[in-house]
Order: sequence, then structure tokens, then C-alpha cells
Amino acid sequence: MYALDVINVRKSFTLHLQGGLHLPVVAGVSFAARPGECIALVGPSGCGKSSILKMIFGGYRCDGGRILIRDGDRIADIATASPRAIIGIRQRAMSYVSQFLRAVPRVAAIDVVAQALDHAAPEQARASAAFLLRRLNIPERLTTVPPATFSGGEQQRVNIARGFLPDRPVLLLDEPTASLDSENRDAVIDLIAEKKRRGVAVVAIIHDSKVRDAVADQVVDVASFAAA
Amino acid sequence: MNEAAYNFAYLDEQTKRMIRRAILKAIAVPGYQVPFASREMPMPYGWGTGGVQVTASVLGPDDILKVIDQGSDDTTNAVSIRKFFVKTAGVRTTTATADATVIQTRHRIPETALHEGQILVFQVPIPEPLRFLEPRETETRRMHALQEYGLMHVKLYEDISRHGEIATSYAYPVKVDGRYVMDPSPTPKFDNPKMNDCPALQLFGAGREKRIYAIPPYTQVVSLDFEDHPFVPYRFNGTCALCGATDSYLDEVITDDRGSRMFVCSDTDHCAMRRARGHELGPEPAR
Amino acid sequence: MIDTEDHPLLRAQALTKWYGRQLGCRDISFDLYPGEVMAVVGESGSGKTTLLQLLSAQLAPTAGRVLYRMRDGIMRDLASMGEAERRFLFRTDWGYVHQEPTLGLRMAVSGGANVGERLMAVGWRHYGRIRGAAKDWFDRVEIASDRIDDPPATYSGGMRQRLQIARNLVTDPRLVFMDEPTGGLDVSVQARLLDLIRGLVGELRLAAIIVTHDLAVARMLSHRIIVMKDGAAVESGLTDQVLEDPREPYTQLLVSSILPA
Repeated sequence: MYALDVINVRKSFTLHLQGGLHLPVVAGVSFAARPGECIALVGPSGCGKSSILKMIFGGYRCDGGRILIRDGDRIADIATASPRAIIGIRQRAMSYVSQFLRAVPRVAAIDVVAQALDHAAPEQARASAAFLLRRLNIPERLTTVPPATFSGGEQQRVNIARGFLPDRPVLLLDEPTASLDSENRDAVIDLIAEKKRRGVAVVAIIHDSKVRDAVADQVVDVASFAAA
Repeated sequence: MNEAAYNFAYLDEQTKRMIRRAILKAIAVPGYQVPFASREMPMPYGWGTGGVQVTASVLGPDDILKVIDQGSDDTTNAVSIRKFFVKTAGVRTTTATADATVIQTRHRIPETALHEGQILVFQVPIPEPLRFLEPRETETRRMHALQEYGLMHVKLYEDISRHGEIATSYAYPVKVDGRYVMDPSPTPKFDNPKMNDCPALQLFGAGREKRIYAIPPYTQVVSLDFEDHPFVPYRFNGTCALCGATDSYLDEVITDDRGSRMFVCSDTDHCAMRRARGHELGPEPAR
Repeated sequence: MIDTEDHPLLRAQALTKWYGRQLGCRDISFDLYPGEVMAVVGESGSGKTTLLQLLSAQLAPTAGRVLYRMRDGIMRDLASMGEAERRFLFRTDWGYVHQEPTLGLRMAVSGGANVGERLMAVGWRHYGRIRGAAKDWFDRVEIASDRIDDPPATYSGGMRQRLQIARNLVTDPRLVFMDEPTGGLDVSVQARLLDLIRGLVGELRLAAIIVTHDLAVARMLSHRIIVMKDGAAVESGLTDQVLEDPREPYTQLLVSSILPA
């Protein structure tokens, strides 16, 4: 059974500040991911890949269609779920790694990662966070520093750690290896593979063909969903 | 001035009725401050006009009046007020606590235990115990009505944090009949225990602030405190130089220019009675 | 983590307030669940402060109701509560953080007494324990404990605001109202305060309604957002959704008006 089923989704923007300019983005988006499967979204820049990921996560609204996700023993539709329901689904069923880390000032990198888990077991969360950061080659002395001063690649690795820490059935990745060197790229490939083995359904935007070839089970060309 | 020009005890009968109504209300709700239409008295505010109005309202021709100020019958204020009532009511007066039916007092409760049938009238400057922390009358009225007394303990907390103990030494707040928090007027906290379960009726009058409150006889009066800083009745480290009393409130008297001092009972009647009964401690100092 | 059981903590139904012929706010409805943080954003005159005061029972609505779920599980209409009950609620189950800390503190009383007052109001009578609880909260809001006996008149603006927060949270409230909690503070002080609020709200699973004109504050602290203009709710929903994908013209204007960092 599918962990994530995107059915006939469409999205457009209406820019009221530009006199109501109507910008269609995508239409007819359909694909599905099984547990343990990785779907790679490809296509030229601006064709709507990030928008699709955001719609799945609930960060963007969608104008039509359904986004079905398995939440425990129910199936929820993100496209029409209430804000409160989406918050719950995110906590239980989805993890999202954006392209850029939105760093909260003053919070140490290890806590930025650890806070992806519930506050319930802070010591355990920090231990797991430390482990992940080590795997992503973040030196220990940096883990207690807020990531605002990190390099782009370091920030992205903190972001990745935060997204990979919780154990949730759906994992959304937006360009996870974009600013990484080859060593770290390989580390991320390993992490994705582990998630797949654990039955997580992964939807990822991956430009790097090497990475794509290593992890993707399905490739979806978003350009084919271009709205008219 | 012709004495007959004054109504009995100075106030007209309707005013006395109004004040008695307020007193009855105050007795019915122990510790609750009842507003009353305070009259202009022939003495300035701050000199006991509230106490005088209460005394004037409860005094009858057969009453025996005692007036004390800081425990003494012969200070200026006590003398003036006593003379005032002699002039306007013609009542008998006394310095003996046990013989008085009405006792008006400023800042002390007599050492001699009171008995049933007596009325103790206190002079009160600021009736509102919360006033120094909460200046708004609207707010303090609400707090009393809703029994929101956390702020009173804040004051005591502040004392402990600043002085290591509850440093309030007079006007120490009490809870009356388990309900209202009351300011016992600027009597020393030494006197607080006397208010509890007292056989006499205790009335409090504030002339400038226009409030009357009361503690009916045999009412529970508890001084506020903390579990780990309980109210401890104050004990002096000394004895009266005149009568040898070890358990009365003592005043410090400077006896000459060289700083010699001695401690004597603040309650002059109590001290005199003890001496009359044979307690003595050395010769009387030169006056 | 948000408690996603099905019972709202606070429910606003068609809340409306007219000041004579002047509109405060009109027809606001929403449900707030335990642990949820909702931001009410808008510019001056949008009605957001009126809404906050209606929700916290400081103003009576012209129309509509506010229902609150008491600790025993029963939903009560705030208007049906007696004053004593409302005031008790305000001191125990609720917190209210004013924009101007002097409004929410007793400036002449020590910091420790400010924090301990609510405890004393609900019957705590052990000085040592009251002081201990106050010290505890000083640590949590990062005020040096050697300031515990100083009055907030001697504190900086940021410290006063943190003291106000401690004073409100000491009785373990379930719902906290905040009116521009970082307004008037220096930027670095704001960042620290926001971080503190974020941490405490998450740790204590507080529900909160935060009025702010600052979208960055909304983004950082809230799960949900209501955008107000001229007394009406123009748009509402998930905070990241409304701020990333604003639908209404006014919301788009607000979002685009933020100067990039």
C-alpha cells in the first residue's frame, strides 16, 4: 500500500500586488510512493518541484486534487486537512528538509537538531542528534555553537540531521546534497538508503545524477505537469 | 462657652444614629471596613477624630470613660480628649482600666485584661492594610470582596527578604474571623494577641478616611505569617524600672542630659496598680 | 508536541466588538487547542488588541462568545462567569504578558515577590518554598538570582519582560496571552526573549495567543496565524502556509513588506 499518494494536484499563484497576475505552476500532478521507495523529482528550475514538496508538507496550499498520506491507521488528505490536523500529521508522519536552514539565533546546532524530536526525552534526543551530526562530519566543537555562522554546506548538514532525526514514514528532501562535497554526499546517500531500509517513503529533489542513481527507485519529471 | 449649647457628646442624634448603624454593620461583618459620613470635629484630622466620633456615638450618661494615648492617661492628646467628653457629655472618667466601660485608645491596648461589657475604641489613621502596596481604592475593595489577600503576604515576604524576619512591628495585619484582613491600627504587634478572643467589643474609627470596622467579642483574630516564619509575640528584654513587670510593653525614658535611660511600662495605669499592690524595683527616679 | 485530542481549550464564536460606532473587531471565530500557539497579526488599528482583550475577558463582546475549557473539562462561557471566578482564572490558569512590563509587574516590590505573589495568592504559606520557586523561575528566564531581592524598577527592559513572563508562568497556566511581547526591546534582546518564549512554550506545552505586528515573531513562535485588517480576519491558517503562500491581497502586501535580512 502507498505511504504517499499524490492525485491530480494543481497549483497556481495569484499575485495581487502585480494587478492580480495569475501564474499557473503545475496541474495534474500524480505519483505515489510505497514504504521504502524513493521518488526523485526532476525538471528544469522553476517548473514546480519545490512547490510540490511544499504542498505535500502543507507549506503551500494546493488548488485542487488530493494528497493522501498514511497517518497511523487512517488516511489523511493534506490538501483539505484543517491546520490543526496538518500539524498533527507533520508531527507523526512527515519530515521535511528544506533547501536552506532557517537558523534560530542562539540555539546550538545540536539543539536545533534535537528539537526535531518531542521535548519528552531531551537527553536521548541530544545523544541521537550528536550521533547524526558526527555521521555528517560536523566537528564536535561546532555542535554547541549556533549554526548562524556556519558555512552553507555545514548549515545544510545541520538541516539534514534535523530532518533525518525523527522516525517518520514520509521524508521530503529539497536538494539535500546541493552544497555538499563528495564525502558528505556519500554520507547522505547512506542515510537515505538506511531510511529506505526502514520503510520510509522518500520524495526528493535531486539535481546530482550520481546521487539520484544511487537512491531513486522512480524518477518523476515535473516538467510533464506544467500547467497550461 | 455654655455647656448646654452642645448636644450630649457633641454630635447630634441623627449623626449618632448614622454612626451606630455603621457600627452595627461593622460588628455584623467582623473586620470589614464600613464607610461612614465622617463629621467635622473640633480637632484636626490625624488627632483621633474617628475614634472620637465612635466614642461619642456609643457613650451614654452612665458610662465611665478612660482615654489613653500610647498607653498613658496623661499625655496631651489623652487629656484633651478626656476633657472634651467631660465638657460635652459630662460623663465620669477614670484611669483604672478595670473600672472603665468605654476606653478610647491611640496606639496601645491596655495590659489589664478587658472584660465583657467594655468597649475599646481605637483611633485609626489608614484603615486599609493593603494601601501601601495597592494605591487604588477600587482595587483594594475588590481584593477584600474576593478574598484576594496574596498581596498581604507579599509585604511579609518582602520583610523577610530584606530583614531576615517579618520586621513589621506595629499595625501588623490580622485575619478576623477567618475572613477579612484588617489593620489593627498602629498598635505594636506585641498587642496583637490581646485582640484574639477578647471579651470586650473592639471598635475602630478612621475619621479622615471615613471608615469604621469592628471585632465583636470572642472573635478569632490571627496575625498573618508564614509556616516557616510564624508570628511570635514580642518579648521585651527587660523589666519595668518602676514596678518590675516582665511582661508588659515598655517605653524608654531618657532621664537626664547625659543619656541615662530607663524602661517603664507604657501602660501607666497598669504600672501604678502594680506598685500599689506592692511590686517595686528600686526608688522612684527624680522627676 | 501538540495535544491533538479533539477538545479545544478556547473557542471564539463570532466575536464582535463595537465601541459606539467605531468597530473594534467583527465576527472572529476559531478554536485553539492545548499546546497550540496562534499569532494574531495586523497593523495598528486592525483590531488585534481588541481581540486579545475579548479573549482574555477583559472586555465584554458586543456579540459572540468566548468559551474556555476549565480544568474539569467543562466548556464555560466567559461571560457567564462571576468576577471572582474570572479573576481566579486569570491568576492561575491564564497568563497575560503586557507589551509594557510595568503594566504587568509591581515595580516597587522585589523580583522574587513579583514571582511569588501568585503563589501566595493561591495559598502558599511557606517562605522558603516560595523563594525557592521564585529562584527556580529566575533561572528559567535567565535572570541572575542575585537580583531576586531587587525591585524591577532597577532591571533593564529585557529583564523586566522576562520577569513578567516568570510571574505569569509560575502557576502553571494552560493558556498565555501575549501582547507584543517583544515590542520596544532592542533587537538582540528581542532575539533572546523570543527564544526563551519559544522554549518555554514548547517545554510546558502552553497554548498561547500572541498579538504582534512583526511577522518574524509570528513565524518563529506560532503554529497558526490570523491576519487582521480593519477589524476583520482577512486570512487565517497554518503560519508557514499563510506566510509562504499568502492568498489574500492584504496578506501578500504584508508579507512582501518585510525587508529582507
